[in-house]
Amino acid sequence: MTVLAFLIPVALGLGLLGLAAFFWALRNGQFDDPDGSAARILLDEEDEA
Amino acid sequence: MATRPILPEATGQTMLVVPGMHCAGCMGKVEQALGELPGVTGARANLTARSVTVTHASSLDDHALVLALEAAGFEAKPRRELPERHLSAARPLLAPLAVAGFAAMNVMLLSVSVWSGAEGSTRSMFEWISTLIAIPAVIYAGRPFFASAWKAVRRGTTNMDVPISIGVILATGLSFYEVIAGGGHAWFDGALMLLTFLLAGRVLDAMMRDRARAGVDALLGQAARGATVLREGGKLEWLDAAALSPGMTMRVPAGERLAADGTIVTGASRFDQSLLTGESAPVPAQQGDTVLAGTLNLDAPVDVRVSHAGQDTALAEIARLMEASTQDRSKYVRIADRAARLYAPVVHTLAAATVIGWLLAGASLYKALVIGVAVLIITCPCALGLAVPVAQVVASGALMRAGIMVKDGSALERLAATDRALFDKTGTLTMGEALPDPAVLDALPADAAEIALALASHSKHPLSRALARELAARGHKAATLTDVREEAGFGVFAVHDGARVAVRRPESAAGTAVALDISGRPTQLIPCADRLRPDTAAALERLRAMGVTSSIISGDNVGAVRDVARATGLTAQAAATPLDKQQVITSLRHNGAHVLMVGDGLNDGPALATASVSMAPGAASEVGLQASDLVFMQDTLLSVPRAVGAARSTMRIVKQNFALAIAYNLIAVPLAIAGLVTPLIAAAAMSLSSLIVVGNSLRLVRAAK
Repeated sequence: MTVLAFLIPVALGLGLLGLAAFFWALRNGQFDDPDGSAARILLDEEDEA
Repeated sequence: MATRPILPEATGQTMLVVPGMHCAGCMGKVEQALGELPGVTGARANLTARSVTVTHASSLDDHALVLALEAAGFEAKPRRELPERHLSAARPLLAPLAVAGFAAMNVMLLSVSVWSGAEGSTRSMFEWISTLIAIPAVIYAGRPFFASAWKAVRRGTTNMDVPISIGVILATGLSFYEVIAGGGHAWFDGALMLLTFLLAGRVLDAMMRDRARAGVDALLGQAARGATVLREGGKLEWLDAAALSPGMTMRVPAGERLAADGTIVTGASRFDQSLLTGESAPVPAQQGDTVLAGTLNLDAPVDVRVSHAGQDTALAEIARLMEASTQDRSKYVRIADRAARLYAPVVHTLAAATVIGWLLAGASLYKALVIGVAVLIITCPCALGLAVPVAQVVASGALMRAGIMVKDGSALERLAATDRALFDKTGTLTMGEALPDPAVLDALPADAAEIALALASHSKHPLSRALARELAARGHKAATLTDVREEAGFGVFAVHDGARVAVRRPESAAGTAVALDISGRPTQLIPCADRLRPDTAAALERLRAMGVTSSIISGDNVGAVRDVARATGLTAQAAATPLDKQQVITSLRHNGAHVLMVGDGLNDGPALATASVSMAPGAASEVGLQASDLVFMQDTLLSVPRAVGAARSTMRIVKQNFALAIAYNLIAVPLAIAGLVTPLIAAAAMSLSSLIVVGNSLRLVRAAK
């Protein structure tokens, strides 16, 4: 059962990592324009290269 | 996004609304057009909000940006400051949802280990980890519910959030006690799962509302306008409507709407007041006459001395009428909260009776309390809490795909009860603008049509614009013209292949028409009229079949209203003032009718706000868009019966959902009262009932057909 002492922190840590990533995305305005983000990949931005 | 070297000048930021931007290509063109403008350091389009944020040198003004976009083929308006309620409703719920989801998954994982037989110190460690995750998560993710429940309780009422909050808090508290005392009943997973499900439902609901609001806001932003002001010394300057003040002189070109009330100082023209009064015939005005904000200058440029601007315009009275009726509507109690009023006392009495019953039967206080909490948790309104929002989200999504925006959460509930519909005439039953006769356009020879299109595209006159649009829609290409010249109020004159051609005002003014001159051929007269919306007859027939009685109430003169009444077969009231319309609706409502008002104009504003529920076409005035619950974007009037039908299907599904939730309770509650429910059974039962309710609601996907 000692494996639990290792696995549970790993499981929780990964979950928290995901949660932190989500909060980071939320703060950085990644959810401000969901339609635009979906369409933006279709744009050619040669002038910016 | 086009980048440029940063300029040393001070920079400013401007947000422009671009309603016509709807694809990746448009977004690219908008950003490029603005990026190429000297002084612009950055332009970032937001497709969801149909807007673009421009960073630019402060020497550059809004009008230059608007002109640059116009050159690229996009109509744009600077965005005004919007009131706070327009902020996203979904954003503040995303973080609680993420926390609840994370905590629910981890606690569930630990609970599964406990259920599958973890013993001794392992079990107690799992329970303590669950506690450490669950308690902060419940406090954080439960705040939206606790806040709303507390507000209701303080006002002495109850809503759906009250039983939810009581259930969650009791379950968490009891579980904490169980963990400390080493009992066997930790319900953290159930409480967190409940929060996750309910938050997910609310986030979806709020997202749908946000999208509808963004669509309507884009239209509203477009309505925000300004005027070219004539300064001393003949300098012309573009000012925002908010910056206009009495005493200024605005120059209003043909085809532009007035931004303020005023008196004409030079020039004469005709004005379209249909948004203001419902009157469809243009009103002539000349030097010394008063003209009102919101009217459209049809023929010739005029100079107008501003008498009232902003909030002092003639609209103030209409705004006051509307204020009073909006308060009346906020008294509406949503069906979920009505259900909660019946449900909460029953459940709470039942739980209390269970505790007393077990005590009388000789159980210990602790055991009686555990069973009482089990009753509260098993009846926890998971399915009930989802019954209404999920159905409304699915139905609103279906309606949005059909071009109908549902602005208000309770609008579908109120719309479903409709048994009486009142239609405004100009702009609602009709298209609200004079359109060229399609039969005459179809009969035009192809070369004549090409010349007419070329000529019309050189003018901003509303009739020219309509003519150009209709001809282009028929697949005609513009012919090549030379020496094009527009004479304001008369027409556009040019030369094509050596022949003099013109689109102009006809000499005899019998009704509205456009004359097409091609030298060497007889003059072709194209009559223009305000036509009924497509499918009007079919739409009214469908409403009749649904048991909705329709009639017309219009501010236009008797003759014009009679024609439309005859064409549609409806009874009509003509020459109604905004107050008349409001009073008619009030008296209908006093007689127990559920009135749907469909209107577009400023004069319909009070009526839209007074009616049980209201709809406006996308081309409606700012006031119309704001006062209505639903906005339909397509031309066809079939949107109205479609929305009513979808609302009724939604209420049917909501009632089924309630029935399902009650049926589930009828099975689960006796088990809970008998003390047979464990946390495992509770978790399974709650998920199952929620899935059934969600599945049933998904049947509304095709509701807007």
